[in-house]
Amino acid sequence: MTSQARDPAELGPRPEAEVPAESCDYQPENPVEQFLRTDRMPHIWCPGCGIGTTVNSFARALLEAKLDLDRVAVVSGIGCTGRVAGYVRLDSFHTTHGRAIPFATGLKLANPNLTVVVYSGDGDLFAIGGNHIIHAARRNLDLKVICVNNFVYGMTGGQLAPTTPVGALTTTTPYGCYEPAFNLPALMDAAGAVYVARWTSFHVRQLTRAMVDIFRKKGFCFIEVLTPCPSLFQRKNRMGEGLDAMKYYKEKSKVRHGAPTSEVGLTIDGDIIVGKFVDRERPEFLDLLRSQLAAQLGDRYVEVEHLVCS
Amino acid sequence: MPKGYVAINVERCKGCGFCVEFCPTHVLAMSSAFNSKGYHPPHVVNPEKCTGCDLCGMYCPDFAIYGWKAPESKNGAKSDAAR
Amino acid sequence: MPHADPRGVLTGVHFMDGDHAACEGALAAGARFAAGYPITPSTEIVERFAARIPTVGGVFIQMEDELAASIAIAGAVWAGAKAFTVTSGPGFSLMMEHIGFAVMTETPCVFMNVQRGGPSTGLPTLPAQADMMQARWGSHGDYEIIALSPNSPQECFDLAVRAFNLAEEFRVPVMLMMDEVVGHMTEKVVIPPAEQIEIYPRRHTRLPPGQYKPYAPGPDLVPEMAHAGEGYRFHVTGLTHDERGYPSMNAAAQDRLVKRLKAKITRAADRLACYEEEGTEDADVVVISYGITSRVAQRAVEMARARGVRVGRLRLITVWPFPTRQIRALARRVKALVVPELNLGQIVLEVERAAAGQAETISVPHAGGSVHAPEQILDAIMEVAK
Repeated sequence: MTSQARDPAELGPRPEAEVPAESCDYQPENPVEQFLRTDRMPHIWCPGCGIGTTVNSFARALLEAKLDLDRVAVVSGIGCTGRVAGYVRLDSFHTTHGRAIPFATGLKLANPNLTVVVYSGDGDLFAIGGNHIIHAARRNLDLKVICVNNFVYGMTGGQLAPTTPVGALTTTTPYGCYEPAFNLPALMDAAGAVYVARWTSFHVRQLTRAMVDIFRKKGFCFIEVLTPCPSLFQRKNRMGEGLDAMKYYKEKSKVRHGAPTSEVGLTIDGDIIVGKFVDRERPEFLDLLRSQLAAQLGDRYVEVEHLVCS
Repeated sequence: MPKGYVAINVERCKGCGFCVEFCPTHVLAMSSAFNSKGYHPPHVVNPEKCTGCDLCGMYCPDFAIYGWKAPESKNGAKSDAAR
Repeated sequence: MPHADPRGVLTGVHFMDGDHAACEGALAAGARFAAGYPITPSTEIVERFAARIPTVGGVFIQMEDELAASIAIAGAVWAGAKAFTVTSGPGFSLMMEHIGFAVMTETPCVFMNVQRGGPSTGLPTLPAQADMMQARWGSHGDYEIIALSPNSPQECFDLAVRAFNLAEEFRVPVMLMMDEVVGHMTEKVVIPPAEQIEIYPRRHTRLPPGQYKPYAPGPDLVPEMAHAGEGYRFHVTGLTHDERGYPSMNAAAQDRLVKRLKAKITRAADRLACYEEEGTEDADVVVISYGITSRVAQRAVEMARARGVRVGRLRLITVWPFPTRQIRALARRVKALVVPELNLGQIVLEVERAAAGQAETISVPHAGGSVHAPEQILDAIMEVAK
């Protein structure tokens, strides 16, 4: 293992581990730090991957929304984004592939006092987990879904995703993708989500604001975040580094709040419509459940806030 | 007197360059030095321009850099006087 | 042990089928969350739960499929509830991944399987006992579970309570392996007063956050739990993990974790062994059965005794972990073990392994769709008793 190591002297001078701020006696902690399991750093995400960037927005949104962090739970499925649950210093569940939403459903129903965030990838939520997410949106269960879309299966090595744009190369579409991709905001809109937005990892401030929005909104909320995947999607498609994707997002993104979701589908080189597309009110699942049972059962209905066993 | 500061944890850095590219006041540049994993971390080249906006912190996918604003003292002067 | 919360206990003498009795057992045991997906012949369990739970205090949700149902219960458990799901053949197949997830994450929960004929859609309305090996081995990887097999509506109630208690004690998914006949058979079911029903409480940690390690095992190899929302900020993963619950993917961590998950059950195998034994003391032949087949076997044993054969019977109530030591001891005393079951030979393989050549082991297979005729079992007894 060490036989490949080079003499550090060859690599030039090594900077200090923590560069002290110049002439400032006041140095706060990195705001993301308190949300991280720092004993697990560095994380496994590749150089230039955008997932970590979304976590910065998540941390700052949690601070801004002033949530009781002891009552925030993060549920992930499997994949690169699925690892978010393992890095955030919150009650966190790294479940099975595609099943973050139904796990979160049980968690939320048994303790409605929790803010339940589902943080997972496009393949996890919309391919293997596609059935669950449309039903959770239909029910309008109070879940906050953050879907990191990098257009590809990263953890398994760059295969076709339900979001892969037509024409893109993946390891399982070696001659180019010919399957139409899902337009995720349109799908979530149709299924009944009360909040639907799309941002990219370039739009860190807007993304933070959108996360604050969904922490404050009741019902099924959905944010799609486009992120670079330099190691697989971009390498395969000769799209450069993570930074190139970030510059591309900056150049190609058009903010259109309230855009009809049918018009926000993505192509391999077209404009990226970002913004808050849906923000509406529908009765939330647990409210519906309680009002129906109370109406039908009257005094016999026993409403229990938290299903905790002795 | 800079309005803000940045701190860099070079050992967490994977050299993506997001912070350098998107710093609105061009405080940072990629260093020619390596960290122990072989990545080039950023370094501060224009400290006086830093506003402490923390955009570098928001972009950094590796939680390796962040910025903060210099505290203001009661009479409005900057931090050195507030010790 | 503390006793049951009276709100869930329908104390009294009832005339009900096994499905309903299993639901009442779950309620008596403290289950306050169920997630299900309709599938014959198990559906009556969740239908009853859906009707009963709003007046007891809890939630039923019909999920979009069995994959969802089988992990929604895990979510509910980590929020603090006792939870279960219910299914039959095809649904049980879909739930396999989450049985493994519950094993790996040590999520106490109960899976009820009202068995029907398979493979595939098979015989939705007719009985079988052909998922017994699937219950043991169906999810990938090495693991150990607990499976109980009731042979009457009364036992559907009793064993449902026990299933929840064992799930909590060992932090393992427990299978209640019913079958269509037991599920749909209506008999007297006596539900005792709440104070007579012992309940194994959740093994909740008393350590404060900071000192608590989610997967640090106790002396019996079982770790203590915390629930989401209590300030522990713990992590749970289906990946191989260390005592902190953090992914730790190497051979040493795998060896430590998987061996512990297995050993916490196998070390308790003698205590978990539960069976009913009658007339085996001087028997030449013993019929070993479980579930509905045990009732037919009892008739066959009576017929054989009338013909002068010294035959005993042993009914497995705990099927997994298999009572190897007990069956081996029995095999030393008898000439033959006759094993009727509603499959083409599953538990007979375990009997044969346990007998280790000490006694002849005879399978009396049946492909399912009905129960055995007593004569089929009688013929096997008479043949081996010659």
